[in-house]
Amino acid sequence: MSDVLPALGQVLLLVAALAVAVPFLGRYLAHLYTSPTHLRVESAAYRVLRLDPEADQHWRTYTVSLLGFSLVSILALFGLGRLQQHLPLSLGFSALPSDGAWNTAVSFVTNTNWQWYSGEVTVGHLMQMSGLSVQNFVSAAVGMAAAAAFARGLARSQRDGRVGNFWSDLVRGVLRVLLPGAVVSALLLVALGAIQNLSGTSPVRTLTGGNQQLTGGPVASQEAIKQLGTNGGGFYNVNSAHPFENPTALSNLLQVFLMLVIPFAMAWAFGLIVRDRRQGVAILSVMALLLGASIALMTWSEMAGPGLAPHAAGAAMEGKEVRFGEAGSALFGAVTTGTSTGAVNSMHDSLTAPGGGVAIFNMMLGEIAPGGTGSGLYGMLMLAIVTVFLCGLMVGRTPEYLGKKIGQREIVLVALYVLTTPVLVLCGAAVALTAGDGLAGLQESGPHGLSEALYAVTSASNNNGSAFGGLTSGTPFWNTLLGVLMLVGRFLPMIFVLALAGRFASQQQAPPSAGTLPTHRPLFVALLSGVALVVVGLTYVPVLALGPIVESLS
Amino acid sequence: MKDLHTLFRTSLAGLRVLVLMTLVLGVAYPLAITGIAQATMPWHADGSLVTADGSHTTDRGDAVGSAIVGQVVDDERLFQPRPSAAGDGYDLLSTYGSNLGPLSPELVTTIEERKAEVAEREGVDASAVPADAVTASASGLDPHISTAYAALQVPRVARLTGLDQDEVRRLVEDHTDGRTLGVLGEPHVNVLTLDAAVLAALG
Repeated sequence: MSDVLPALGQVLLLVAALAVAVPFLGRYLAHLYTSPTHLRVESAAYRVLRLDPEADQHWRTYTVSLLGFSLVSILALFGLGRLQQHLPLSLGFSALPSDGAWNTAVSFVTNTNWQWYSGEVTVGHLMQMSGLSVQNFVSAAVGMAAAAAFARGLARSQRDGRVGNFWSDLVRGVLRVLLPGAVVSALLLVALGAIQNLSGTSPVRTLTGGNQQLTGGPVASQEAIKQLGTNGGGFYNVNSAHPFENPTALSNLLQVFLMLVIPFAMAWAFGLIVRDRRQGVAILSVMALLLGASIALMTWSEMAGPGLAPHAAGAAMEGKEVRFGEAGSALFGAVTTGTSTGAVNSMHDSLTAPGGGVAIFNMMLGEIAPGGTGSGLYGMLMLAIVTVFLCGLMVGRTPEYLGKKIGQREIVLVALYVLTTPVLVLCGAAVALTAGDGLAGLQESGPHGLSEALYAVTSASNNNGSAFGGLTSGTPFWNTLLGVLMLVGRFLPMIFVLALAGRFASQQQAPPSAGTLPTHRPLFVALLSGVALVVVGLTYVPVLALGPIVESLS
Repeated sequence: MKDLHTLFRTSLAGLRVLVLMTLVLGVAYPLAITGIAQATMPWHADGSLVTADGSHTTDRGDAVGSAIVGQVVDDERLFQPRPSAAGDGYDLLSTYGSNLGPLSPELVTTIEERKAEVAEREGVDASAVPADAVTASASGLDPHISTAYAALQVPRVARLTGLDQDEVRRLVEDHTDGRTLGVLGEPHVNVLTLDAAVLAALG
């Protein structure tokens, strides 16, 4: 039903909004992660918390602080889930089962927000507000902190492995960016129709005399940070397809904007932190290029509607809302998987075969286009280092990036980073498809059943959180497996990133020579895009061929 | 060992930070937003409830439903919403899309059945039935139908209610919204407020 011109128009509108917001927010972020001065309220908080925000932490200390904070977060959220029946505002819901509480705790702390449960009948208001929403804020700030530490590592020289202060990065990210952003967007969402109350569930008598149970909850406040922090965990089972979460086409565009604004602004901030704006623009261009291609491909596929069911119906409207249409659903679907959000406004399981394939491929790229709030930037920078390394091999010179030599130790760390997620995805898929408990969760047989399992392990390992919802994942097997994938997929790569940041911070800045590959030119943008597609994409071609590709061809 | 000790020490610091963050982000923030929203936009914040005469209310006791959530229409004279996979239909306690894949034989059969059903109900050829009439929405709560599906239902609604076709068509137009800013989303017709208007026109 969608027309081509409006489909283009919505993208233009989005690009215009981002073009205004990204440089502004990028400057603000660069200042925030480099400025030595604290706000008065921050200084007061550090005193109360007995933290030293001035300490320039060695990368090991920085990493241990980050892991310690995340560990405590997981334990606290697990406890909240297990004790839910005793909490106020629990709406009478019982405790989460232990495998479910484990899955949810890991899921929200790792910025994944995979949900095995239906929010409307499982999670009370207090757990939503004080457990899940809090992690929506801090897990996003943790990702931004790691990216900022990496950017500072590249910008510094001879600093003995010191990359900054985790606590001040965390507090600033939350207090100066995420909280004000969430307040404004939550109120905008309410103005557009998202609900915000503390009511429970009660019936209304419908127009034709039936009964309909209406739900309540602090939805808009959670929705805002869910999108802004690229988290994606919906208040309700159907996430951003629910009219109480995402009531209009305009709120839909606002949500798409919120997912993209911080990841793109982090790339802009990166350029400013390394004191060469063009470097940030080059990274941002690669992100935009890959995202643009996936939006175009998914929009085309959903509007053309290939496949038996869309043909029978006349359009690919199964699992889509009329107010968004095919184009508004495809835009959201490409952006939610290109970032690490994983919110959905259409049921991805019912996407056309090429459309579902684009969603899986976006996640397999490692969510770098433009990725999570911080993970997108450091993921793309890792691939940038792979690119200069490959080019260095071709011309036979020691590769360097922004004046930092990529020696053996450095490239080993990068290689470990690049290999971690594919190993998790492919081993996870192998386990799921050979275990009876894994297969039991699949809704469909044949290639689409494979896609369901593949989507789940890809989404968990890359900390996305969206799903092919036909998969019944609320079982001990799936909860445990996906919990492990989310945990390792988030923190192991982050440790490699911070270790590399430490090594770069120790190095001296080498002046550019005749053999240096300029990393701000269109040539580099093309090379990096190619490397992202080839190195990462090709890892998965065999398994993609068995799932989405064979579906598209049948 | 040294690292383990540091991890323990920083975890305690992390716990202090988490407690403070929970107070600010998990209590103060949602309550402040709730307070502001309830004070300035109570109708929206409480779920856009409407009464039988189409006026706004925040009292579930007076309401016939939410203007932004679809409901089962148990009256064959009125405009019908899309198929819903949420429970027995439009159930907010089990929101769901079918999640059936594009090649699912089950989905194809269901679509063919719905097509025949709608065609018979409206007295038209199956090829005239639009896609949204035979597909379940993502939420199972879709409050809207396409303008094509609304137009398809006009003759039946007019015949069964005794209203003039032009009158019904005018009501449909009143409850139709175009694309926002000319480019966002699809033109859509709100089924609940339209049906309420049809019933009101009947007196």
